Amino acid sequence: MSTAAISPDKSFGRTLKEWIFTIDHKRIGVLYLIGSLAAFAVAGLMAMLIRIELGSVGPTITNPNTYNTWLYFHGAAMILAFQIPALTGFLANYLVPLMIGAKDMAFPRLNALSLWLFWAGIIVALLTFVIPDSPDIMWTGYPPYSLRTGGNTALYVFTVHLMGFSSIVGGINLITTIMYMRAPGMTWRKLNIFVWSTLGAFILQLIFIPVLAAAVTMLLFDKYIGTHFFDPSAGGDVLLYQNLFWFYSHPAVYVILLPTMGMIFEITATFAKNRVFNYKMVVYGGIGGVVLLSGEVWIHHLFTSGMPDWIRMGMMVSTLMISIPVGLLMIGLIGTLYRAAIEYTTPMLYAVGFIFLFLIGGLTGIPNAMTAIDLAIHDTHFVVGHFHYVMAVSTTFAIFGSVYYLFPKMTGKMYNETLGKLGFLISFIGVNITFFTMMVVGIKGMPRRYFDYQQFAHLEGLHHIVTIGAFIIGIGAAVVLISWIHGLVAGRKAVDNPWSSKSVEWMTKTPPPPGNFHPIPRLSEDWHPYGYGN
Amino acid sequence: MIGKFVNGAGLSLIMLATGSPAFAYKEGRSPGEIPDIPGGWQHLFHELLIDITVIGVIFAAITIYFLIKYRRRQPGQEGRPPKLSPAAAIGWAVIPAFIFMADDLYLAAESWTLFNEIRTVPENAYEVKLEGAMWSWNFKYPDGVETTNELRVPAGTPIVVRMTSRDVIHSFFIPDFKVKEDLMPGRITYVWFYPKDPGEYLITCAEYCGVIHSSMRGTIIAMQKDEFNKWIEAEKKASMEGGA
Repeated sequence: MSTAAISPDKSFGRTLKEWIFTIDHKRIGVLYLIGSLAAFAVAGLMAMLIRIELGSVGPTITNPNTYNTWLYFHGAAMILAFQIPALTGFLANYLVPLMIGAKDMAFPRLNALSLWLFWAGIIVALLTFVIPDSPDIMWTGYPPYSLRTGGNTALYVFTVHLMGFSSIVGGINLITTIMYMRAPGMTWRKLNIFVWSTLGAFILQLIFIPVLAAAVTMLLFDKYIGTHFFDPSAGGDVLLYQNLFWFYSHPAVYVILLPTMGMIFEITATFAKNRVFNYKMVVYGGIGGVVLLSGEVWIHHLFTSGMPDWIRMGMMVSTLMISIPVGLLMIGLIGTLYRAAIEYTTPMLYAVGFIFLFLIGGLTGIPNAMTAIDLAIHDTHFVVGHFHYVMAVSTTFAIFGSVYYLFPKMTGKMYNETLGKLGFLISFIGVNITFFTMMVVGIKGMPRRYFDYQQFAHLEGLHHIVTIGAFIIGIGAAVVLISWIHGLVAGRKAVDNPWSSKSVEWMTKTPPPPGNFHPIPRLSEDWHPYGYGN
Repeated sequence: MIGKFVNGAGLSLIMLATGSPAFAYKEGRSPGEIPDIPGGWQHLFHELLIDITVIGVIFAAITIYFLIKYRRRQPGQEGRPPKLSPAAAIGWAVIPAFIFMADDLYLAAESWTLFNEIRTVPENAYEVKLEGAMWSWNFKYPDGVETTNELRVPAGTPIVVRMTSRDVIHSFFIPDFKVKEDLMPGRITYVWFYPKDPGEYLITCAEYCGVIHSSMRGTIIAMQKDEFNKWIEAEKKASMEGGA
């Protein structure tokens, strides 16, 4: 958000036009952020409604049809329209050119294309609430249900297409930018962890998105054109879809995890004023290891789907092996705190919160990875609790922490620390009450995607707790939003480098002018983004 | 200094960890004995809970210690990061990697044993056919008797259910027996369980299958063998009379 945009000598219409036709990566990043936060708000509202419905046994506020639409929208929007765009859209777009000392992205117009494809995707997704036959196929869209339902499967397919296309365009752009636009002196060994992790995430996107696009296109053809890819009565196979879907959607978890981790490293190093512990181990072992293993584990989503026993065993071992690169990332992260000088600002609190949430989320993944254990807990609330810890909440904490971290850079103003810390504290308490209890519910046998639970009526007390926790999260999110609005309206002016960071994005003005650096920085031999304590 | 410590301590940890599968060795079962799947599951799950709690507590304790000890004491203070020698840097990557891998392989081996028991149907198991549909469980007994949403079985006999689906994917889940397997059109899957004593057990659908997915449930009624035989004879008679 450059100051020019809010200067008084321009009319509102002109400013709007400037933003819509912008090819500046910072504005594109901000527009990504606005879109993904809008998706987060609507999908979060769905989560609240879902929790009210599950708060007590029997129909509470709605009917199963509407409930299933809420579930569909919550899952699809949170993953496709909030997490992936906030991380690989907003953060990657805003930060990567600044971090590597570039003027802009390699292909600024392509960048605008990927932004508006994303917005088109958001609008198509929101049509869910307008059309009478809203999709009710969950974010996974498994056939044959997605083919037989009266719900609008095409809407789901088009949302995935638009978001996928947007990511592919963005991926080509980001990878090219990182490879060719680095400032003089910015060698591969001095790349920020976030840049490395974004590179890893986009390599995964480019390899795997086409598979998802193919899978949902086959779904579209089966339902509306009359092909039989997934119809066993005509020689098709229902499991083909699940294999194709998870061949993308498991790596998608790492598309989300990698930039999340990257941002947590940036925040931690900045506020701990410390060098990243064992940088090479983090990059090659952690990020590289995740990228290499990501495509070999998808069968763990199909452990109960009648796959041959031998592949369930093989993929159990490869899934457990994911703990190696992820463990190395954690060692790098915690090691960065060793002999540090930690300042507890709001972004740092989110990073610290992330460590604990991710620890719980990561370790509760192990029971799911072990096939014999998973046969009982697959598709139960345990899995829901686990992936909310490891994916939903950890990632959202990283995104919120990053927005606070970049708040002065983006707006030129400081947020209020007290409000920021309060929002963090409420959210942190809320997520633990909600998702830990959810895992207990799952261990006791309750499957996921249930509208009602007559057969598990004895779990009503636990469900009450989950619902109360969800409301605490809602209050926390509201405080976070208030703190941002407060910062925008009443924040005091920020200096160029409020966090005294050594990373390149803080070397330019706050907020950065069009073209970012005048001139492009020349980085000296002994410069390092984490060169603290020399 | 760090490198030396890491080598010494790390090596012994690796030996301890990689040697640990030896402790997992179990006494063989006498032939014909039916494995106790829910018991084995509980045992493994508790073992796993200890494993992940120990790892979690170690990581969390170190983090909390660092967070308190290394807080900033005066403005402008910077960290004093340790200088890692190449050997120490490699050691900090390779040794933890080996420890994680050893734990992974240990857990995988444990899970493998139990999984094989879950997937190996005991000899002379009583076989029932199941067709899932939106939204009912339709059972078919060897002698032609059919039931819906109610599976009566003889207690003390392993039961194998061969399953398929009429329409969409469902998942046959018996929480008490810790087993679950999907039912799919065009494919036949199986699951087996062993109701030792008479009693009632819940069946519930675990794969989203449409509007009333959450109401797709049934009951397993394990009966004394002679009672079960009486029941199935009566059912056979009734269905024959009904058909005539």
